[in-house]
Amino acid sequence: MNISFGSISIPIKEVFKSLIGENASKATWQYIILNYRLPKALTAILVGIGLSIAGLLMQTLFRNPLAGPYVLGLSSGSSLGVAFVVLGASFLPGFATSILLSPFGIIIASCLGSFFVLLAVLVVARKLKDTMTILIVGLMFSSFAAAFVGVLTYFSTAEQLQKFTFWSMGSLGNLSWNSILTLSIAVFAGLLLSFLSIKPLNSLLLGENYAKSLGLNYRRARLIIILATSILAGSITAFAGPIAFVGLAVPHISKLTFQTSNHSILFWSTLLFGAIVMLICDILSHLPNSDIVLPINAVTSIIGAPIVVYLLLTKSKNLF
Amino acid sequence: MEEIILKTENLEIGYIAKKGKNSLVANINLNLAKGKLIALIGENGIGKSTLLRTLTGIQKPLAGKVLINNLPIEKYNSLDLARNLSVVLTEKLPASNLTVFELVALGRQPYTNWIGKLSEMDTLKINEAITLTQIEHLKHKKHFEISDGQLQKVLIARALSQDTDLIILDEPTTHLDLLHKVSVLKLLKKLTQETNKCILFSTHDIDLAIQMSDEMIVMTNKNILQDQPCHFIEKGIFNTLFNDENISFDNLKGKFVVKN
Repeated sequence: MNISFGSISIPIKEVFKSLIGENASKATWQYIILNYRLPKALTAILVGIGLSIAGLLMQTLFRNPLAGPYVLGLSSGSSLGVAFVVLGASFLPGFATSILLSPFGIIIASCLGSFFVLLAVLVVARKLKDTMTILIVGLMFSSFAAAFVGVLTYFSTAEQLQKFTFWSMGSLGNLSWNSILTLSIAVFAGLLLSFLSIKPLNSLLLGENYAKSLGLNYRRARLIIILATSILAGSITAFAGPIAFVGLAVPHISKLTFQTSNHSILFWSTLLFGAIVMLICDILSHLPNSDIVLPINAVTSIIGAPIVVYLLLTKSKNLF
Repeated sequence: MEEIILKTENLEIGYIAKKGKNSLVANINLNLAKGKLIALIGENGIGKSTLLRTLTGIQKPLAGKVLINNLPIEKYNSLDLARNLSVVLTEKLPASNLTVFELVALGRQPYTNWIGKLSEMDTLKINEAITLTQIEHLKHKKHFEISDGQLQKVLIARALSQDTDLIILDEPTTHLDLLHKVSVLKLLKKLTQETNKCILFSTHDIDLAIQMSDEMIVMTNKNILQDQPCHFIEKGIFNTLFNDENISFDNLKGKFVVKN
């Protein structure tokens, strides 16, 4: 479905032909599908899955239904990391630049950015139990990161600036097969760590003290959850730019659908919904049969922001 | 012969502050035996919670030892401790969609594998805990749909399913009306008799504790004593509990009276 929509409409039958390796009736169609649409669909799936799972982990860890990679400023943290690398590269010696500007370097910078923001939020969250205050802190981190990026742009060249601006608009396309491979590895590593955390996450539903009384090694569990979240949010932000609200909204969609808090069910349902929601957003961003392509970030925000407002308004006990 | 599960030796509790240690009570020598329902009483701020936190290993003692089955508590890793000691806390549960059954099932976490799959044995223990606490009819309800009194029983069931010899409860009767206070304490009493567990709970319902518990631990700012409730009455200990001449203990009625 996703693959058949785009600026040029290609019949679904032809899409399948290309996918299974037969020659489609037009060579251009085949080229578009294999080198543009298919990678884009795969990216959408990876991004959707990764951000949603990151959101699920954060909502349970912070015991906060409104936590998510974007809202708590993780995406901004990643942006800051990337900005340092892309915009600040000129201050470093040549050989370091080439290492840092490789996709791998950007991923690391981005993961580190989100990791540090997450740590900072965690420190603050320990002192403030209030849901709304933590969100405000997340907002402050975003502003801080934005301001810092602003300072960096002031000192950078037009070329670097353009590169960074394109990145920050967020896009699922333009990823080479190599980048997709790197992204998949990072996302799968994050998912594996999350999968290992299912049992600790379930005990955290009772709160930190009960979880400890159940024999949970809280520090270790928390570290694994934070690592998983940073890898997922960081690597995705590195490749697709900051994408809003998916990580916040999707876990709630799966919680509302399945009416459960059991993470062994939520993990898989969030995974599935994450992929579906992102593919739908991607289709919408291309406005079928027209040439207009909206930034993916705009589409997810248009869908996600009302969901957040709805959640705030109907803040009930079964929010989680 | 009494079988002692938890024992303290010259325990001193309190906090370590920047200016040195802030000791609350020292020389605590307690013996918690199997099959006993033990009430911990004392006025607000005297250190009941600190004592419970120290006994459960959450907080380190300033001096002395806490021994569980004759082994110092710090020798246990968190998993082994979870198999010997379960708790019911006063803190509110975070918002979640957990059902009563799932909540009780979480008590099996120290025994399940890495993904938390319940074995036949686990399901058996969970159902046993649910039957003992008589909450079968709530099994499939969400934990936020039931009343405070029912939730307290569910939390006790969770501690039961953890299958430990010792259960420690922090103020399980607070926020409940008389009917539910009595029903929770009766349940605890029944559990000590039927399962031979040792149950320690802190409470402000002294009248009820005197009637229901096998032993009591009385904390005052001078000392900490453990004995049977009737002995405490004979010695007139309850009169010294509150440092206020307007409150006195009537030995005949077995309850506190206020002077007008």
